[in-house]
Amino acid sequence: MTKNFEDHDSNNLIPRNDEFGLSKAEQDSKFIADQAPAPLLKQLLGFWVTFKSMFKKVNTVQYPEVKEPTAPRFHGRHQLNRHPDGLEKCIGCELCAWACPADAIYVEGADNKPNENYSPGERYGKVYQINYLRCIFCGLCIEACPTRALTMTNEYELADDQRGKLIFEKEDLLAPLRNGMVKPPHPMYPNTTDENYYRGEVTSAHPSQGTVNND
Amino acid sequence: MSTFTEFDPYASFRETTEGRVYSVTGGDWDSLSTEIGSTKEERVVVNMGPQHPSTHGVLRLVLELEGETVTETRCGIGYLHTGIEKNTEFRTWTQGVTFVTRMDYLSPLFNETVFCLGVEKLLGITADVPEKATILRVLMMEFNRISSHMVALGTGALELGALSPMIFAFREREKVLDVFEMISGLRMNMAYVRPGGVAQDLPEGGLEKIRETVSQLRKNFKDNEKLLIGNSIWMKRTVGIGYLDLAGCTTLGITGPVLRAAGLPWDLRKAQPYCGYETYQFDVPTTDTCDVYGRFLIRMQELEQSLRIIEQCVDRLEKLSGAPVMVADKKIAWPAQLSIGADGMGNSLAHIREIMGQSMEALIHHFKLVTEGFRVPAGQVYTTIESPRGELGAHIVSDGGTRPYRVHFRDPSFNNLQSTAAMCEGGQIADVIAAVASIDPVMGGVDR
Ligand code: SF4
Ligand code: SF4
Repeated sequence: MTKNFEDHDSNNLIPRNDEFGLSKAEQDSKFIADQAPAPLLKQLLGFWVTFKSMFKKVNTVQYPEVKEPTAPRFHGRHQLNRHPDGLEKCIGCELCAWACPADAIYVEGADNKPNENYSPGERYGKVYQINYLRCIFCGLCIEACPTRALTMTNEYELADDQRGKLIFEKEDLLAPLRNGMVKPPHPMYPNTTDENYYRGEVTSAHPSQGTVNND
Repeated sequence: MSTFTEFDPYASFRETTEGRVYSVTGGDWDSLSTEIGSTKEERVVVNMGPQHPSTHGVLRLVLELEGETVTETRCGIGYLHTGIEKNTEFRTWTQGVTFVTRMDYLSPLFNETVFCLGVEKLLGITADVPEKATILRVLMMEFNRISSHMVALGTGALELGALSPMIFAFREREKVLDVFEMISGLRMNMAYVRPGGVAQDLPEGGLEKIRETVSQLRKNFKDNEKLLIGNSIWMKRTVGIGYLDLAGCTTLGITGPVLRAAGLPWDLRKAQPYCGYETYQFDVPTTDTCDVYGRFLIRMQELEQSLRIIEQCVDRLEKLSGAPVMVADKKIAWPAQLSIGADGMGNSLAHIREIMGQSMEALIHHFKLVTEGFRVPAGQVYTTIESPRGELGAHIVSDGGTRPYRVHFRDPSFNNLQSTAAMCEGGQIADVIAAVASIDPVMGGVDR
């Protein structure tokens, strides 16, 4: 027990009957007794620390010339993904917007026209906006998306000079068409339902779906 | 009443038929100004902050000075009011985490954990939270304690004119933030702890990286120790400064390093253990100098204690690879199974296959949890944990709905800030900065 503690215990400043677990904490407490100034030579060691730092590898990074890679899990800009045949994964279900604590997402769904699908199934996301002025990059939206339409990339350079530019539209967020994909709208892969898409059974576009992107 | 005589210049009275009538008059300005002119001392009132670089954010200190001596100190707070407590009332319990993590922005994981512990207590699932999730919480919290203390020490030294310790402290903090980024994807305000567990398991190779970071930190902490501990210049600025003894601390409700520097080994991790802290080996550093230097020493020692706890966490996590990190109850567990692919991070394809292609029930749970959230039985709880600044408490009231009825936080910065006047009055103006730095208030937590 430290001296101070005893003094005040008798003053009844610390509850005596119910000590709220204080004695448990007391057992493992470690008193820092040595508080004298260090001998001069030891104090000079401090200069050695700073002197040595001159020859150490520099910690700072020359951003933006040099960019440090982020961790793979880093929460960056969102991306709206596509199925292997080019159809959009987003079904306009608005779950991402519901999950968003900052109300940063606006989704308007619409019905797919027969053989002019934007996404497999009945619905697709017609309007899709993420307001990066509101987004706090918590990632709840990607966790809520039931189709892995929405993912987060590691891109973090999102500054701009106008507020309007920071409201990203669907075109800004959509993943690019890759080789072998067909630009929607186009029919679904022959003889499939949306469930085949979600099970990962559609792995490429079928010639009947349209001209394939080849650049 | 006896002071009101007929001759009272400010409130004289006369007897009337209706009773005694007082006529209250103001003071005489002329007499007031001559009175002021006759005093010898020169009193100056100075507003330090809210934009002063040494007041830790937007703290405003109203100082009454007599020369260099501070005769009166008052705090002005409220410049960083964010309405977080109110906002959580309009969000689901899971979304609430993303708000509370932003209160005390230097210790986000503590805010999240105390909130989630409270929600879990209300739900009655405290015992169901997987062991691995609890260990991960402890691991993250202890890392967070290091990063928070690094800011406290670094900026504290910077404000007293020592630049190098700040550079070293932020170098270490960066290492810790890298660990946070690796585990949760964010460096601050990560909303990693969720009611029922944590958001994600450790990534592959995570434990090795943590081990490496711990040994690096242990080595690097020596730099600041050599620079500051026992340094006579540093001691001149800190020993005997900002004195607040145990009586003062207990009267004002001060907790954390300030209280431990007054000699009371009050650490909730030991006194009222939560998250299994009773099973970890660590010490509670105390001292009895009640001054800025004592608080500094305690923070320095707590860094090493945190590293010890982290090492024990890593040992335990090693045996638990693949264990769940979220409660099994599908009605509460937030339905995310994140994986990383070429297209970034999103729900894993296996999870998509299950909810969209196979199990209707899983899909319904998913939809309900995301849109509406889970219901929490009506009632109220108070949970406390030991944050780097002291006792952090959450008082959560539920009316049985999917959103909190009221969430209130007892933020240690707020309570500790009360001691500013007791620490500063009678001292030099330069010591105000040392005293405030040793309290380490984070205004985001004070104003919430
Ligand atoms: S990351 Fe969070 S804030 Fe941003 S859009 Fe998604 S849910 Fe909303
Ligand atoms: S991105 Fe996902 S959650 Fe959002 S509307 Fe599209 S499918 Fe639904």
